[in-house]
Amino acid sequence: MNDAETLFRLAALNTEYASCIDADRLEEWPGLFLEDGRYRITTADNYRRGYAAGIIYADSRAMLSDRVASLREANIYERQSYRHIVGMPALRGGDAAGIAAETPFLVVRTMRDGRMDLFATGVYLDRAQDDADGRLRFAERIVVCDSSRFDTLVAIPL
Amino acid sequence: MDAMTDRLSARLWPEGLTRVPYWVYAEQDVLAAEQKRVFEGPVWNFLCLDVELPNIGDYRTTFVGSMPVVVARAEDGAVCAFENRCAHRGALICLDDGGSGKDFQCVYHSWRYDLRGNLRSIAFRHGVNGQGGMPADFDMAQHGPRKLRVTTYCGLVFGTLSEQTPDFENWLGGDVAGRVRRVLGNRRLEIIGRFTQALPNNWKLYLENVRDTYHASLLHLFLTTFRITRLSQGGGVMVSESGAHHASTTLVPMQGTDTSYTSQQLRSDNEEFRLADPSILRMHDEFHDNIQLQILSIFPAFVLQQVQNAVAVRQIVPRGVDQTDLNWIYLGFTDDTPELRMHRLKQCNLVGPAGYVSMEDGAVGGFVQRGIAAAADELSVVEMGGAGAETQATRATEASVRGFWKAYRAHMGL
Repeated sequence: MNDAETLFRLAALNTEYASCIDADRLEEWPGLFLEDGRYRITTADNYRRGYAAGIIYADSRAMLSDRVASLREANIYERQSYRHIVGMPALRGGDAAGIAAETPFLVVRTMRDGRMDLFATGVYLDRAQDDADGRLRFAERIVVCDSSRFDTLVAIPL
Repeated sequence: MDAMTDRLSARLWPEGLTRVPYWVYAEQDVLAAEQKRVFEGPVWNFLCLDVELPNIGDYRTTFVGSMPVVVARAEDGAVCAFENRCAHRGALICLDDGGSGKDFQCVYHSWRYDLRGNLRSIAFRHGVNGQGGMPADFDMAQHGPRKLRVTTYCGLVFGTLSEQTPDFENWLGGDVAGRVRRVLGNRRLEIIGRFTQALPNNWKLYLENVRDTYHASLLHLFLTTFRITRLSQGGGVMVSESGAHHASTTLVPMQGTDTSYTSQQLRSDNEEFRLADPSILRMHDEFHDNIQLQILSIFPAFVLQQVQNAVAVRQIVPRGVDQTDLNWIYLGFTDDTPELRMHRLKQCNLVGPAGYVSMEDGAVGGFVQRGIAAAADELSVVEMGGAGAETQATRATEASVRGFWKAYRAHMGL
């Protein structure tokens, strides 16, 4: 697979990822990860210092499904939505464990009363590989937010 | 101070601890009085962790209420703290969150301070070419930022601006001190993450929430459904004699079906809901007791949390009448096994800005702040579990919330 094809497939995966979240198709979001896929939200400062904890830390697709189920059934938060603007992936090499890529993102949050905020910016540090059906999926996505400060709460995933 | 007292005392606050007037969350002059009487008063404020300053010359910047503070390790190994404000024109002395150096130099006019905050040199003190400069009798020893007295307890660094503040452990009380040692004692801390949650509410609404054992299993459906905590589980709340500090505990659940929620038809009862990956609830028996969850607060604005194996400290910093920063430091210990560390990382999903539990605590204070927008002269009701602020063997009580107000009013003279 050449770089152009790799980039195209990654961009398509990112587009679907953003659409699942922004269009409130959260139930489809975990399916973009491999079964043992990892997902973490952290900050640039934590990442630089090698601090392992995240505000969300998952090491299975099932944990992501649980996150969605909890948002739907359990957690209390005011109605809000995101708009992801995702940049072009920069390829960062790859090996048998898959493609490595770094992709900038920006998320605007719209609250139920119409207030809009620049909610988060950062980079996705990804490893992606084909699943058994030949679909490109995330083996790992680390969401590295530029700021260490989160307004009120982070319910919907970034 | 007299004008301040006049304005404050003109406001209504009924006798007893069961009513709280909403003006206390909404007025600029109250916030100004809190800075003087609470944060700069006879209390120990959390500053940072001892492990953040491993070497001589290491420093962190932090806050005591709205006061910016530098904490540094001096040449003799002692931890020192001083106001982060140049004695010359008031600029911040340190601009970064932390770092290391031999001394501090204000960027504005290069006034230089040692690691203890003593003014050591003034640029062009003797002028240039025999002209200008400071007066010959200017005494550097008489000029410097305010200094704090510092104490370290179980790896936590606290500071006070008051000469009247008692010894830390006496001030905390033996019972609550024992609860701090239970979590942190005899182990070396390791930071595993640091996050700030910006809360859209007055700082005291967050402290009340922390001390409110009544809400936990009602607001937080996640906890209730997975039986991490239900009020019918064993546990209780410990309040220090002054009311100032508290520790609430939840014991490991008993087996069997619990009907106390279904009988009240509460939203937070849902037997249908089960986790696909329950690994986040697997608790490693780290403390060798049956306490599953312990939330501890030290007046005015510090929290130590043990939610299963998720250990964290939280520093609460007022940013205005209706804005508060909640600074989380997630903790491990240097002797963690890889398995225990993984438990901590997974259980951190429960806490913090995206926590299955804590996310709601981030929002609910804002719901109150907005709800009381026109209610300065109305009163909230704090009457669960009676009218006192003493230790109780149940969590269906607001005893420790009343304890907060008991201490707060004593400090504020209200």
